[in-house]
Amino acid sequence: MRTENQKAWFFVLPVLALVAFNALVPMMTVVNYSVQETFGNNQFFWEGLGWFEQILRSDRFQAALGRQFLFTALILIIEVPLGIIVALSMPRKGFWVPVCLVLMALPMLIPWNVVGSMWNIFTLPQIGLLGYFLNDVLGVNYDMTQQPISAWITVVVMDVWHWTSLVVLLCYAGLVSIPDAYYQAAKIDGASPWSVFRYIQLPKMKTVLTIAVLLRFMDSFNIYTEPFVLTGGGPGNSTTLLSIDLVKIALGQFDLGPAAAMSLIYFAITLLVSWVFYTLMTKDDAQ
Amino acid sequence: MKKRSLIPILYIAFLMLPIYWLVAMSFKTTNEILSGFSLFPQTFTLENYVTIFTDPTWYWGYINSIAYVTLNTVLSVCVALPAAYAFSRYRFLGDKQLFFWLLTNRMAPAAVFALPFFQLYSSIGLFDTYLAVALAHTLFNVPLAVWILEGFMRGIPKELDETAYVDGYSFPRFFVTIFLPNIKAGVGVAAFFCFMFSWVEMLLAKTLTAVEAKPIAAVMTRTASSAGYELGLLAAAGTLTIIPGAIVIWFVRNYIARGFAMGRV
Repeated sequence: MRTENQKAWFFVLPVLALVAFNALVPMMTVVNYSVQETFGNNQFFWEGLGWFEQILRSDRFQAALGRQFLFTALILIIEVPLGIIVALSMPRKGFWVPVCLVLMALPMLIPWNVVGSMWNIFTLPQIGLLGYFLNDVLGVNYDMTQQPISAWITVVVMDVWHWTSLVVLLCYAGLVSIPDAYYQAAKIDGASPWSVFRYIQLPKMKTVLTIAVLLRFMDSFNIYTEPFVLTGGGPGNSTTLLSIDLVKIALGQFDLGPAAAMSLIYFAITLLVSWVFYTLMTKDDAQ
Repeated sequence: MKKRSLIPILYIAFLMLPIYWLVAMSFKTTNEILSGFSLFPQTFTLENYVTIFTDPTWYWGYINSIAYVTLNTVLSVCVALPAAYAFSRYRFLGDKQLFFWLLTNRMAPAAVFALPFFQLYSSIGLFDTYLAVALAHTLFNVPLAVWILEGFMRGIPKELDETAYVDGYSFPRFFVTIFLPNIKAGVGVAAFFCFMFSWVEMLLAKTLTAVEAKPIAAVMTRTASSAGYELGLLAAAGTLTIIPGAIVIWFVRNYIARGFAMGRV
């Protein structure tokens, strides 16, 4: 049991100072810009909630938000079940376990811009392995720079390639913590593979699965570098996700007010959805 | 049993294909790449790697990246250790709220922070230094390190602390000589994750540097746009960025699964 001790605050102070410096100062800058209008020269005028209204009503923001939700939904629908399936079929002990784990974790250790470049090289028509295979062997008309559908499929497959292993490793960690006795008991009871999964494996994976879904939601919702390097948001605006659009407004057009308002709305949505996910997934524990 | 192992094999093959292609491209000449499709390098060349290891802009990119990543890892783990100890051992006013607030920083889109970070670090004169990138990356690495370490520390019974105090250990001596060796694995995993997320993050690293501390990613982007389309060189540079991660992950291979579960299994 943890004991009550207010002096513990001193242990937390370094972390608090560091994170406060990094999070609060920039956040206040953003809040500051979001309610003001500037014409350069460091002159600012009070704008109130005007930018927020403008952003929320703009077609551009709504379109980017829609694309973002579609992307994140696809990612969760594909990666979570696929991750569970791979984790269930992995060996539990022996020589191959560390080999599997290291190979599976490898994509996550590659810098995000390199992931983008790698998939670009991989999918180039005529030159790339996948591009060549699809176009010249299968005769599918595939060109990421021209067709929005091709671009979308590539971005989604790239993310599946990049991050499914996170779900696999988390689920695997949950699975190896199940004692053999549980499986033996299930065998004696004559349980089907499905009921073993439903009543033994799934409950044991619940904590790690919550972490997996939360992490995958946050990271896919905030994704920037990989799709930016791969497609640059195109063709047209078809793969311009929220972060890409935000960076365009903030660093490209230097529209500080709208960019700041959009940042706050963006962050608020991430927090809200994460909180809803978290509450829903841990609801049973509380009862 | 045979059928079951087919799924991991197919999955790993899918993961390895793009990596294979990147490595294969890095050994090809530009002529070969542009002249058409070939599954293996026909004229095997080390030209691309030679260019990277002899051109200072290239190899300094790697040195810069490794420098700020190491600095960030040391910094994050050092401040996270006492905090994680406090969260795992004591209840104090606002502990739950603080813990949650720390985690919300993990949810912040990096794109939101790019511009304010640029202004903040420029105004305190740290722009284009290793320290700026290392500090900026603590935003998401410190909460993560606290989270992981707290998970591992909770597994250590409190009796260990109490016995040490009875034996007359002071707190710092207990922490360093008894407690730390007990959570070695946790420290290793936390350091691994800090390394990983600092190494792969590019948006903030690029925004906060110009010349002196420019990460390898920025050098690569410039090559991709300025020197026409030197795919071989780009592939070689990409291949080299995979190596540090592969080395680091080998050290924690036995703890990866538990580490990804943040010590919470």
